[in-house]
Amino acid sequence: MSAGGLNLTLHVWRQSGPNKAGKIVDYPATNISPEMSFLEMLDTVNEGLITSGQDPIAFDHDCREGICGSCGVMINGAAHGPMKQTTACQLHMRTFKNGDEIWIEPWRAGAFPVIKDLVVDRGAFDRIIQAGGFISAPTGSPQDANSLPISKLDADDAMDAAACIGCGACVAACPNASASLFTAAKITHLGRLPQGQPERYRRALAMVTQMDIEGFGGCTLFGECQEACPKGISIDTIVQMNRDYIVAAASEREEKVEMGAG
Amino acid sequence: MGRLGKFWDSSVGKKIVMGATGVILVGFLIIHMAGNLQLFLGAERFNAYSKLLKHDIIELTWIVRLTLLVSVVLHAVAAYQLTMRNKAARPEPYAKRVPQVSTYASQTMRYGGVYLLLFIVYHIGHFTTGTFHPAFSESGTFGNVLIGFSTWPIALFYLGAMGFLSLHLYHGIWAAFRTLGLARPSGDPLKRQIALVLAIVVAGGFSLVPLAVKLGLVH
Repeated sequence: MSAGGLNLTLHVWRQSGPNKAGKIVDYPATNISPEMSFLEMLDTVNEGLITSGQDPIAFDHDCREGICGSCGVMINGAAHGPMKQTTACQLHMRTFKNGDEIWIEPWRAGAFPVIKDLVVDRGAFDRIIQAGGFISAPTGSPQDANSLPISKLDADDAMDAAACIGCGACVAACPNASASLFTAAKITHLGRLPQGQPERYRRALAMVTQMDIEGFGGCTLFGECQEACPKGISIDTIVQMNRDYIVAAASEREEKVEMGAG
Repeated sequence: MGRLGKFWDSSVGKKIVMGATGVILVGFLIIHMAGNLQLFLGAERFNAYSKLLKHDIIELTWIVRLTLLVSVVLHAVAAYQLTMRNKAARPEPYAKRVPQVSTYASQTMRYGGVYLLLFIVYHIGHFTTGTFHPAFSESGTFGNVLIGFSTWPIALFYLGAMGFLSLHLYHGIWAAFRTLGLARPSGDPLKRQIALVLAIVVAGGFSLVPLAVKLGLVH
């Protein structure tokens, strides 16, 4: 497609490996179709780089349907780019104008070290989940649909929080590189459902503690995370996290080491 | 580490301490501001109010002073420590990051907080102990205010502090209810009308005193 193709200038962060020095490198992106997704535009640029014997730009991606949470880069200073509630793979080049300059950088956080170019290690999120983002009850075969009563409000809040895909845009957009929105989404998702109750407060303590251990910053309620979140997770979940944390800290006690009677 | 130690060590715990101490300080500000407005009721009434606080109920005043001192220290220490952690959390800065919804108030919390801390130290030395006051009189608080604001730089320093205070309250009051887990879920979580009203009333009420003195409305 030659007519209507976009000619852009990319400023891309290039870094050959972990702990290596990196820098912004400029690339032309010529004759880009407005129907392409942002990642397809990068694919096109990479084809050119490979053909000319250069190292292609590394970036994370998987489903390209906006549901897996693999992709995500800072595009012109905004996580996942300029479109609200949209992942980088679902962002289309029609959002840009011919002649635009586009800055593309990896998520920046000490807890998300760069592996290569735009790819960062988000293992810190996995470790926060491992600390308490689960329920231990054996689920068995499905129960009758109405055997666990749950209010519509709780179900709605839990489902909204469960929409989190763990992409890391909240950390990337936060001025403090805080993982509060991610952690709060998981705490809200499980803490508002009956199945999550037995471990609710232990979960809040353990996940918040792990969040600190990973070296994420704290929440100052700028609201940037909510704006950047491709799933529209609300900072109301952070209210829930803090409330559960307060109750947890006040009621925390040691688990009994010895067996109970019987 | 004890339970309290763990709470203080956690980023959420420290922020909760900031929210709780912030609520105490806002409560004090409202009473302090209302008390100050008695300046407009005349010298006799104002000096009597001052005598009540500094003499008649001095024991109660000291309880309040110690509570406020502990609150300010905890608020400032937690803010400093969290700021250092937050800066360390992003060792490599972005070449380009564009804030999308950050308010001016949220972006000036740290600088404003430092300004307010310096202001509090000066203000206590100015009108409570008289250390920085050119002609301090123990029983003539009304006169102390008139003389205290007679020079423009000092009046402007006070008004500047009230500017930062209004920004600090606009973000802080709204944030405190979220930090303390008290805010209800909202369709527009960034909305903060109560904080806006309180910020204008408190900072505006305080500002009336130096403004009235400079405009010659109180004698």
